[in-house]
Amino acid sequence: MRATLGRVLAIARKEVRQLLRDRLTFAMVFGIPVMQLLLFGYAINQDVRHLRAAVADQAGTQSARLLAADAEASQVVDIVARVDTAAELESLLRRGRVAVGILIPPDFEERAARGDRPAAQLLVDGSDPILVQAARGLLDLPLRDAERAVPHAEAPRAFEFRPFYNPERRSAVQIVPGLIGVILTMTMTLFTAVAIVRERERGNLELLITTPVRTPELMVGKILPYMAIGLVQVTLILIVGSFLFRVPIRGAVVDIYAAGFVFVIATLGLGLFISTLAQTQFQAFQLTFFSFLPQILLSGFMFPFDGMPRTAQLFAEVFPLTHFVRIIRGILLRGASLADVFPEIWPLVAFFAASMALSVARFRKRLD
Amino acid sequence: MTEAPTDSLAIEAHHLTRRFGAQLAVDGVDLAIPRARIHGFLGPNGSGKTTTIRMLCGLLTPTSGEARVLGLRVPAEAEKLRLLIGYMTQRFSLYDDLTIRENLDFVAEVHSLARDERRARIDELLAEYRLGPRAAQRAGTLSGGQRQRLALAASLVHRPQLLFLDEPTSAVDPQSRREFWESLFRLVDAGTTILVSTHYMDEAERCHGLSILHEGVLVAHGTPRELMAGIAATVVEIEADDVRGARAALDPLPEVLSVAQLGTRLHALLDRDAPEPEARLRHALDEAGVAARVELAHASLEDVFVAATQRRAS
Repeated sequence: MRATLGRVLAIARKEVRQLLRDRLTFAMVFGIPVMQLLLFGYAINQDVRHLRAAVADQAGTQSARLLAADAEASQVVDIVARVDTAAELESLLRRGRVAVGILIPPDFEERAARGDRPAAQLLVDGSDPILVQAARGLLDLPLRDAERAVPHAEAPRAFEFRPFYNPERRSAVQIVPGLIGVILTMTMTLFTAVAIVRERERGNLELLITTPVRTPELMVGKILPYMAIGLVQVTLILIVGSFLFRVPIRGAVVDIYAAGFVFVIATLGLGLFISTLAQTQFQAFQLTFFSFLPQILLSGFMFPFDGMPRTAQLFAEVFPLTHFVRIIRGILLRGASLADVFPEIWPLVAFFAASMALSVARFRKRLD
Repeated sequence: MTEAPTDSLAIEAHHLTRRFGAQLAVDGVDLAIPRARIHGFLGPNGSGKTTTIRMLCGLLTPTSGEARVLGLRVPAEAEKLRLLIGYMTQRFSLYDDLTIRENLDFVAEVHSLARDERRARIDELLAEYRLGPRAAQRAGTLSGGQRQRLALAASLVHRPQLLFLDEPTSAVDPQSRREFWESLFRLVDAGTTILVSTHYMDEAERCHGLSILHEGVLVAHGTPRELMAGIAATVVEIEADDVRGARAALDPLPEVLSVAQLGTRLHALLDRDAPEPEARLRHALDEAGVAARVELAHASLEDVFVAATQRRAS
């Protein structure tokens, strides 16, 4: 009995020693719980407010302005743009600039006076279910007259609800596009994260550094095959998504591949950078997992971006997945073109360039 | 001995030093290695052989001192040097999951050999190192000797002028070792310079020139013959029935540097400056009551090695 305890303690002591020496695992002991807590605490905010909204006020009357002001006062929306036509509203929605469009038609006053149906329309981006839910909060908004500060009890509803892009609100339609990004992030980062480390672990790096291969050549050569693999994965998910889950492909297929390619190289860059940090394949796995968690939680794939506090949003803007989720939802569900989502493309290119530069700078063709 | 002109030297190092933290791995090593020769680094594990080779290849930056390899300064001109040298690492560093031919193909491609030249060169190497029949076999499934021949072939793909071999025969049987050395001599005949590290005496004896390293310090250098002739010790062989008794009598003597047992005989190294070594030993053995025959012997390379490293320790 005593001997058993002694042996158990011997192993425990050894384990603690090794743990203390393995700085990465040790950091994760504290890092993962703290990070998870912060991320979930920030990200899981179902009480979504301050959706970006645009107003097309075609009536231009006092009560129309009041309606827009009331909508904003509810804190459900922030009015970030004012346009003239319904077409402009839809364009803003398609490009993902706003999540909600408030359309006040020219005959707003007459409709309000008749009171048989809602006088204004609420156009909502249906590609995110939580956004739809949040925007529904505006439906309770009553119509009120310019003269009366408080609406009378039987005031008609101001808005007619028009969810766009996913009128049936099927969850597969909402999830599959973002899933392309999630799957690519996981596989691409992991493949390249072990790439350099594996050479190091197996002793091949000693051979490589004595050859005339230059560092950038090594880096690009390492990720080149995975670029093709990434596009194969895009194809696979698209086929399964559209046949099995009937996810619409409203944009151009060539745009999907172009955006997919830019995203793939960005994630490969991330993996390569991890590869220059890690000393063993196991560490590479750990670091990949570590980088994966905040991406999935903060990218807008799982929880709506608009629901997160400003700091979390700024942090999330760094991740490739954040931009790709917006791009791919735009192209697949809202029929956006590459030009429409261009503001989300260049951060991916910048991420790729930065991660490659860092990887090349970190990698030494020396052993010291 | 006359000083050779600089341009005929393959490797020239002055006071090469490398420190890892507090540890001095290589301490002020001077080298002058002529071209088209096999030069050996002899020393136990941890004596600084690998570190020195890595500095000469440009893989490690010297803490101080300087080196010129094939006329190029290292590590400053290491990239240029890489085209001219071959390096066979101590640990097998080719790809286990590629076949012999794929490995050689890869090495040839990174050295920018043209396609036709590549095929011809690889076929030539496969024949020379008897790897042809196994060209389609994965490197991970090869025997020690086959792996070693593959590693040598890979380090020769680009016809380097200078070849670094870091303990190339550590995982290889004696027969393969002999063949391996024969192929090295063929390379030297063709003008290649070879620097090989080893801890085998029989291999060291085959080298044209030798540097003996001990705890990072160059303790002796010269041709094996010069080293054996100039040994700083007297070699004595003692034959006795009670070998253990004889050894117990000799070990405490201050002039005895080392005693090694070879079957029923003892092989002793004595300080060269000690007077009348045989008489001294006979006297000590008589006093201990051990019957023994004592006679002077020729020094072996191992004696040179032991004498060089022991004197340093004392």
